[in-house]
Amino acid sequence: MKVTIDNLTKKFGDVVGVEDLTLHIDDGEFVAFLGPSGCGKTTTLLTLAGIYRPTDGEIRFGERIVNQVQPKDRNIGMVFQSYALYPHMTVFQNIAYPLKLKRVAKNIQHERVQQVANVMGIGNLLDRRPGQLSGGQQQRVALGRALVKEPDILLFDEPLSNLDARLRLTMRGEIKHLQKDLGITSIYVTHDQVEAMTMADRIAVMNGGHLQAFDSPDELYSRPKTLFVAGFVGNPPMNFVSVDVSGSNGSYIAEADSLRLEVGQERGGPPAGYDGAVVMGIRPEDIQISENGNVSGEIFIVEPLGREDLIDVRVGPHSFLLLENTESQRQSGERVNLKFDMQKAQFFDPQTEKSLLWQ
Amino acid sequence: MSQQAEKREARSSRNALRSYLGAYGFMAPAGVLVVVFFLIPVAIILYLSVTNLASSNFTSNLAAMEYIGLRNYETLLNDQFARKIFFNTIFYVLFTLSIFNVSLALIVSLLTTHIDRGAGFVFRALWILPRITSPVVYILIWKRMMAEAPFGILNQFNNWLGMPTYNYIATNPWVFVVVVNGFIGLSFGMIIFTSAIESIPKDLLNASLVDGSSKLQRIRYVILPLIRWPLLFVFTYQTLSLLTSFVEIQLLTDGGPGLYRTEVWSLTAYHRALSNYFGNAQWGYGSAFAVLLVLIGVVLAVIYMRVFRFDELVAEPRVETL
Repeated sequence: MKVTIDNLTKKFGDVVGVEDLTLHIDDGEFVAFLGPSGCGKTTTLLTLAGIYRPTDGEIRFGERIVNQVQPKDRNIGMVFQSYALYPHMTVFQNIAYPLKLKRVAKNIQHERVQQVANVMGIGNLLDRRPGQLSGGQQQRVALGRALVKEPDILLFDEPLSNLDARLRLTMRGEIKHLQKDLGITSIYVTHDQVEAMTMADRIAVMNGGHLQAFDSPDELYSRPKTLFVAGFVGNPPMNFVSVDVSGSNGSYIAEADSLRLEVGQERGGPPAGYDGAVVMGIRPEDIQISENGNVSGEIFIVEPLGREDLIDVRVGPHSFLLLENTESQRQSGERVNLKFDMQKAQFFDPQTEKSLLWQ
Repeated sequence: MSQQAEKREARSSRNALRSYLGAYGFMAPAGVLVVVFFLIPVAIILYLSVTNLASSNFTSNLAAMEYIGLRNYETLLNDQFARKIFFNTIFYVLFTLSIFNVSLALIVSLLTTHIDRGAGFVFRALWILPRITSPVVYILIWKRMMAEAPFGILNQFNNWLGMPTYNYIATNPWVFVVVVNGFIGLSFGMIIFTSAIESIPKDLLNASLVDGSSKLQRIRYVILPLIRWPLLFVFTYQTLSLLTSFVEIQLLTDGGPGLYRTEVWSLTAYHRALSNYFGNAQWGYGSAFAVLLVLIGVVLAVIYMRVFRFDELVAEPRVETL
């Protein structure tokens, strides 16, 4: 089912939940709403669910305008962060609840619940109550309940946030697999960018009630359109430094204090045309410690991550995070030369916070 | 047993004792209240109920109080009005409880939690007024509203509209006894139910709507089962509190009109012991009524605890990892 959101605004009194949001989600697509707390992603989700009425704008499921449609008539399945299982019902009754409300015959209820429970791997827990289940089991029951009525759209509200790290990894894969298998249009709210990047076909990055970007994970990562997206997507985060870009004819220099970096035509041209300092962004993996690097700095701190070390290098007043192989055994205080891959550098307008490279 | 183990055991039993002492310490304030304001008075009326103590034979020499065995209870059972008063009490408790204290309280809390928060609060605040008004003032308001022409406000309207006037309370005493008490009793359940409903996690309520329930179905399948314990609590607590309440009835009808039309058990205990029409306060005989009321209350409380299995509230969870 296609989901079309046009100029959606939701206000609570004077408080803006989400403003002028336009998103077109394709049939069978897995879309993540990514943003920090209070960015309007959950408000949007609950508006899609029909719990909130839009203040303005239009929501369409397929061709049907659903602005005024009750939640029960939207045929959606939803999974909550708190699982939201009915504590007074058994697992069976929890999963069967949507079917019971649809007045599905008892024997078909049994069949469908058993089937879904088997898919979710909880077929042996049907007579338990939610209080007698672990977090992971509860999450599976919640998923089963959302799936049992064969919804047109699946909504996820931070479903993995309450699970421990290892389980989160497993469930991430399972949910993605299940979604591809069933081909149900899914919207997944999360503040965890790893979740969004690994699971979603496209990510809607939101901040302060506004859509910042709506793109595939790759695009968001390599061509961030705003400063917020550049800083929010990617872990460890992108390094930012305020620079002046000058030069002409395919040879440009980005300068900040003692830092002097050569930039090519493609990346250097647009910021050179900007009057005043711009924000340069460069990802940790695009900086290397190298003998023939032309930027000299001092290692401030080394954080071992296991597979690699996260190294904070100070160049004058500026600080850069970069990743290096653990074998090199770097120590803090060591002086090193850095090599910047300026083909990957990003430049942003400090006023509008928009990218100078991608529109 | 080795010396060390013995020592360890002694220490652990001492520790257990100490932890129990802590628990008793915390229970002490409530315990003292129960002893001073319940157990001791019960003991006193138990004693009084087997004496013939009354204002007509009272001397300052308490030792002269005559022990008469169960004669007061005999008199009570042969009292031609005891039966009527007994059924009056059941009628009063049952109707007030089922119509107002539970049902309407539930309806008011469901309605006020399904509308705008501020409006819900205002409505609930209005419903609390009868409880926070002094009973004498509250009953006076009712009496003034319902009084006979030309005094009553309602009858004044009847006059203006050219309709006949009524002596409302005298013609329908039971209706007013139940309504007047119900308006007070309702707020208790309302407060408990409202807080129980509001403490249901929002996600759970939203989940029910998304799962396909209407708001009414959500009340039936989700909200009511989740407030089952508050419901039972209000039901049991209010039964017992209605059994012993009589102030409003005393002020409104004083058990009348006529002979014992709206007299309830606790009011009889008061009438016999403390406010006899003929001027003879039968402390002993009144105590017999009170003792029976305590017995009924205790029996009901035990039955409620059994039937509603309050111990299930603390069932152990069975958690496993996945």
